[in-house]
Amino acid sequence: MNDVHANTNTQDNKLVLSKVSKSFGSNRVLNNLSLNVPAGKSMVVIGGSGTGKSVMLKCILGLLEADSGSILIDGQESAGCNIKTRGEFMKKFGMLFQGGALFDSLRIWENVAFGLIHGQGMNKKQAREIAIEKICAVGLSPDVAEFFPAELSGGMQKRVGLARAVATSPEIIFFDEPTTGLDPIMADVINDLIVDQVQDLGATALSITHDMASARKIADYIAMIFEGRIIWSGSVGDLDHSGSEHVEQFIHGRADGPITRRVA
Amino acid sequence: MIVETVLDSFNKIGANFLDFLAVVGKLARFVARSVKHCFTPPFYPFQLLRQLTDIGYYSLPVVGMTALFTGMVLALQSYTGFTRFNAESAIAGVVALSITRELSPVLAGLMVAGRVGAAIAAEIGTMRVTEQIDALRTLSVNPFKYLIAPRVLAATIMLPALVLIGDIIGVYGGYVVSIHSLGFSAGSYLTQTWDIITRMDVVSGLWKAAVFGFIVSIMGCYHGFNSARGAQGVGAATTNAVVSSSILILIFNYLLTQIFFS
Repeated sequence: MNDVHANTNTQDNKLVLSKVSKSFGSNRVLNNLSLNVPAGKSMVVIGGSGTGKSVMLKCILGLLEADSGSILIDGQESAGCNIKTRGEFMKKFGMLFQGGALFDSLRIWENVAFGLIHGQGMNKKQAREIAIEKICAVGLSPDVAEFFPAELSGGMQKRVGLARAVATSPEIIFFDEPTTGLDPIMADVINDLIVDQVQDLGATALSITHDMASARKIADYIAMIFEGRIIWSGSVGDLDHSGSEHVEQFIHGRADGPITRRVA
Repeated sequence: MIVETVLDSFNKIGANFLDFLAVVGKLARFVARSVKHCFTPPFYPFQLLRQLTDIGYYSLPVVGMTALFTGMVLALQSYTGFTRFNAESAIAGVVALSITRELSPVLAGLMVAGRVGAAIAAEIGTMRVTEQIDALRTLSVNPFKYLIAPRVLAATIMLPALVLIGDIIGVYGGYVVSIHSLGFSAGSYLTQTWDIITRMDVVSGLWKAAVFGFIVSIMGCYHGFNSARGAQGVGAATTNAVVSSSILILIFNYLLTQIFFS
């Protein structure tokens, strides 16, 4: 299994991961993982549960420290950087969490405006206006702005999470299982919103998912992670003739194939 | 066989001791980071105000009730004991000194550990398992400054205020029982209280309260911040926060009493 990259020219890539490894005790979750994410494109990493997708994302975001390897963001090394440099990287990021991760104690508009007020130092009035604009952009009524997260359905919380992720107009947006837990129609609505928002901002997107319908809809490029490594990557059009048994098995959801799962 | 069993026991003891040292080191780093972020910008005054209200104002009923009934019981029990030695006149002083030096700060600390320490650990623990703390980081906000520092500052400021109010209510509880149940004269009881109590008695209790407030908040934050996944993890964090802060309060109470009065 060889690592394959969407684009080997690092100058055109927004994110470049080279031989990134991360272990928890004796469990090696990322194993010399390499991946390039082209600027202004949407890369989706697919793979089963426990293959290292979330850990990869957290290593890029700096929420986890990689044991070894290099993570370049706009050509600048982020692995092992100091707090100040990490803060500068964070300003480029937006993130939609799997469960929304909305702040329970804050109203919806305060959640969406959080990065603007506390991260960018914008005044509350202006931040509120932008927040309501973003709330409308993800298809919610402006009345929702005064609600608390617990008062919204899962789909609405996901939309608010998306509004918060794009509110600061980030250069790179991460999506962690954006359609998990949603019905197929709501999942498709979220996929459409992701495509629209990423295109509007001209941002680079990196998503992780095991939902193939979502991956096909939002991706320009797809990569597959298995046992902590990228085993295949290419454009979304190449997915159906990847030549990889692992990819074939995964995208068709077959139990038989090189990917085996222990049941007990 | 016996040698292997003995060596195995030593291995376990050694491993447990190393685990204990690792936890102490981790806690020490957490405390140092928390204190540093209490005094370095950016500050979140609205968060601090909210915590001052939650920790201070909303703890007032429980601390007040505890102090009131403790003062009343203290007067009754002292009377039962002191009448055997014809020393009833010492009751006012015993109540005042016991309340201000020991009972008010320790009981307020323990009550706040149960109410506030548990709430802090549960709230921050839930934020941890629902990725809200990670979300703070991705929004360029340091969770130590936004979540930990306001709680630590608020508890350290508000517990002395609660204890001062508890002192007054506790002494008043003893006064009420002494006047209405034990037949003391109001004037002589107040005079005896005023004569025996010194500034150091009250101030030492307030210093203790500040230390206890710091302990309660830091243990709540530490256990919540390092909470394991799931409901069980948050439950364990809450229990550990209350138990560890209660034990530390009792240990530090002894140490501070040694420092102030030895």
